Amino acid sequence: MDIAQLVVNGLALGALYACMAVGFSLVWGVLNVINMLHGSFIILGGYLAYFAWSYWGVHPLLALPFVGVGLFALGYGLQFFLVNKVVRAPVLTTLTLTFGLDMILYNLMTVYFSATPRRIRLDLGSFEIFGVFMPADRLIGMLLALALTAILYYVMRTSKVGRAIVAVRMDQVAAQLMGIRVNSIYAITFGIGAMMAGLAGVILVLVFPTTTSVAGVYLGKAFVVCVIGGLGSVPGALIGGLVLGVVESFAAHYFGPQNALVVGFLLLLFLLLVKPTGLVGVRGYE
Amino acid sequence: MSRYAVILFALWVVVLAATPFFAENYVVRAAIVIAMYSTMALSWNVIGGFAGYPSLATAAFVGLGSYVGAVSQVNGVPMVLAWALATLVVALVSLAIGALLLRLKGHYFAIGSIVLVELFRLIASSWSSVTGGGNGLNVPLLRWEPDDVGLFILMVMLALMILAFAMNVVVKNTRLGFGLQCIRQNEDAADMVGVNTTKYKVAGFMLSTILCGTVGAVYASWVGYIDPSESFQILLTLKVAVMALLGGAGTLLGPVVGAATFVILEEVVWVNFLSWNRAILGVLIVFLIFFLPNGILRTGAFSFLRSDGASGSKRA
Repeated sequence: MDIAQLVVNGLALGALYACMAVGFSLVWGVLNVINMLHGSFIILGGYLAYFAWSYWGVHPLLALPFVGVGLFALGYGLQFFLVNKVVRAPVLTTLTLTFGLDMILYNLMTVYFSATPRRIRLDLGSFEIFGVFMPADRLIGMLLALALTAILYYVMRTSKVGRAIVAVRMDQVAAQLMGIRVNSIYAITFGIGAMMAGLAGVILVLVFPTTTSVAGVYLGKAFVVCVIGGLGSVPGALIGGLVLGVVESFAAHYFGPQNALVVGFLLLLFLLLVKPTGLVGVRGYE
Repeated sequence: MSRYAVILFALWVVVLAATPFFAENYVVRAAIVIAMYSTMALSWNVIGGFAGYPSLATAAFVGLGSYVGAVSQVNGVPMVLAWALATLVVALVSLAIGALLLRLKGHYFAIGSIVLVELFRLIASSWSSVTGGGNGLNVPLLRWEPDDVGLFILMVMLALMILAFAMNVVVKNTRLGFGLQCIRQNEDAADMVGVNTTKYKVAGFMLSTILCGTVGAVYASWVGYIDPSESFQILLTLKVAVMALLGGAGTLLGPVVGAATFVILEEVVWVNFLSWNRAILGVLIVFLIFFLPNGILRTGAFSFLRSDGASGSKRA
């Protein structure tokens, strides 16, 4: 397999990773919460799209906005009613709380949706440009992931809520003094995190078979992407995702697919030790 | 003095040790599991309770202990020697990893330590020439009467639990524990007044893993079969932290009370709600965070224990 193919595979994967991790990165960066629910949010989004498609024939692209709104509401509610109460507690408390919530969501999903791997097959075929081979569904997934990440970036840059989120991340006390309702911003941020996870899940179910038991794997990817890219910024997550995608693609080729994950985690540990702010992170934002 | 705590602990050990003589196998099994989790929760207490570092690496070192014990037993090392070897390897590995990882704080430390569990699991499943990969590894079983095996494993686990408790008492009443508690309260200030924070943290981290390695190796000999996804579970890592929080992190009896309560609750949930056990445990965890944030032992009913729970900082 030549280098161009590996890079393209890696970028296609990386765009998806970026979309998956950007919500996790926002929640960590802004709320200082390690959201253990994130993997299950991804799977939930994928399942909702799958069932809409298989029972009612809803096209996944059409389901996308509905999944987004649903996951936003779920995330907003969880943060507003539960996580906000302990959001200033030590990391272990919030991490344990979200893990407990994850156990509940995971169990609900395995009981109601069962753990069978599921995938939406649109049978779009594949094509070849300059000797680089690419299945069409994967290309669509990549473009969709990039588009969603770009939209989020635009919203964060231009909307009032987006600016407020950035302000809270920079300095919570000053933001409060400027009249920003911090708890409400927290809930919105958590909602956006869940929404991005759900949307990434819809893309995921188009490309890979998806089941509840891989929730932990995607959570792990989100960890790595955040540490590579730095916390709380959309460009950081994008760069982190693309870097991880390419690194995994090469590692899978040279060391075997099983060890691609090992390389990802070793990269995480290495970066944590030498540059915990991430490759594009800014000091003081950690 | 932590006199009440020691007396209550001794009574509890006697109760657990007596189970084979009056109760059925199911109860003995539960006693073994309680002793096992108590050892892990007490170990976690050294770094997570005294020093307040949210270590989530427990499962990594339990699993490593299981694998070192199992691999050396498969290659002909006698059982008890294999357990000792597992303990030694875990101690050395945790010293090396601790020296690197403890430069991190808060969220980064939590992520770094939880990633160790996944990393070790992946290594165990891909290094199949030694570990048997995803197929797991069969450990030579003890060829005794089943009741004798249960009794023997129970005594070993209880011995480990006593060691872990003794370690907590010693740490709490020496400079190390005092230093770790200073680090919990304010690491920069501790550093400023001359506590060698790096040395203390690494020592605390190492102490929090050593007995986990032994427990892992003994567990492997008990069940006779290990595989990567069972040995290195994120769930185990969080369960141990939850147990310590449930009882009261940073106290002597807290982890013991928490482990016993959690194991008993878990058994009840498993027996009555098979397909919903995970969700119910999740609800319990959420309940714990909101209604018992400081643990059972710090509620009003146990105030007589609290005086020695907080006095560590007044000594030394």
